Amino acid sequence: MQVLAVLLCLSFPPSAAFYLHAGEREQKCLIEDVPGDTWVSGTFKIQQWDTGKLDFREPGPGLGMFVTVTTYNDEVLLSKLFGPEGTFYFTSYSPGEHIICLESNSTRFVSVGERRLRIHLDIRVGEHDLDAAIAQAKDKVNEVTFKLEHLMEQIEQILKEQDYQRDREEIFRITSEDTNSNVLWWAFAQTLIFISVGVFQMKYLKDFFIAKKLV
Amino acid sequence: MPLPGSAQRWAAAAGSWGCWLLALLLLLVTGPGGASEITFELPDNAKQCFYEDIAQGTKCTLEFQVITGGHYDVDCRLEDPDGKVLYKEMKKQYDSFTFTASKNGTYKFCFSNEFSTFTHKTVYFDFQVGEDPPLFPSENRVSALTQMESACVSIHEALKSVIDYQTHFRLREAQGRSRAEDLNTRVAYWSVGEALILLVVSIGQVFLLKSFFSDKRTTTTRVGS
Repeated sequence: MQVLAVLLCLSFPPSAAFYLHAGEREQKCLIEDVPGDTWVSGTFKIQQWDTGKLDFREPGPGLGMFVTVTTYNDEVLLSKLFGPEGTFYFTSYSPGEHIICLESNSTRFVSVGERRLRIHLDIRVGEHDLDAAIAQAKDKVNEVTFKLEHLMEQIEQILKEQDYQRDREEIFRITSEDTNSNVLWWAFAQTLIFISVGVFQMKYLKDFFIAKKLV
Repeated sequence: MPLPGSAQRWAAAAGSWGCWLLALLLLLVTGPGGASEITFELPDNAKQCFYEDIAQGTKCTLEFQVITGGHYDVDCRLEDPDGKVLYKEMKKQYDSFTFTASKNGTYKFCFSNEFSTFTHKTVYFDFQVGEDPPLFPSENRVSALTQMESACVSIHEALKSVIDYQTHFRLREAQGRSRAEDLNTRVAYWSVGEALILLVVSIGQVFLLKSFFSDKRTTTTRVGS
């Protein structure tokens, strides 16, 4: 009985998931900018449009979702075909933008306005889902222990994010300083070019006029 | 002392009902709350819509910010289940909108980059529905939260606001960095380009002047003879 109750809790995801519409073979990508060593997980569910009932229904057999995760320098972290409903997760090795792409493996190539897919999506960064463990906790001490673990994970995630922020701010500062020195050198170079070109023009024209006996 | 048979059966039934009640209450507590945040790329002339089922009376907040691309602005529109527009802004860089759901149903919000001809935009949005689930569900409590639990709750709230500020700071910094990198490339190209144009134009001027005087010379000699 208790097992059934726990299973009931697990079957309803605890955080609000939104959904978006996509074409049958359209690829939808989203970007997660995360520090290194961060655990990212995503839960998705596909529903297919039923032209008969004019509503979204559970998908037919064989429909799956192809999930690809690539880093900003095109290194593939995850490339796997899931069923119509599933959870994917990966750990980022280096900090940066990770691109999560979802594409259904539908065999229908023509995507008319009515034939669309509804994708429910929920992405979590840095936090493991401890609600299942908490629901199973036998007594208060265990429950508080699990909650403390959750808090510690949150704090670790904040620290990682701060370190990453420091690196990014340094890149920003270097770019700004490069721009500043570029502009400074260009101003000097431009003045030199002006002066030398002006001198060249006058000298050349003077020689030319003297040769042509106009001066 | 073991319980009599009927009392045992009653206790078992009550226990199982308690489990189901707990499960149901956990569902009610954890169901409507939560936040979804997503960063996605919006190509030029494109529109992307997101849908969410919201119960009546839930307080929701939609926050968005454009991180890279063009003039860092996007059109945003939020509609309730009947199609009534609750929020509509054109060419906004960042904004935050709070509303209370007046009816049950599917709310839709769309981001549009249709006014732009060739710039992709990266947009971040954060849609908070209801309150987050409480740290300690209090249905099976007979006493108030102990001191340790209430310390945990306040730490959790403080950490959530730290994460929120951190996200906003990260987005602002990404936007600033994107502008600085754009500026750097533009200055580099422009300085090289202008130096070349300067050289070409000044040398061209000299030779053009030369050619004027050469022509005049031949005409005067022809007239003279």
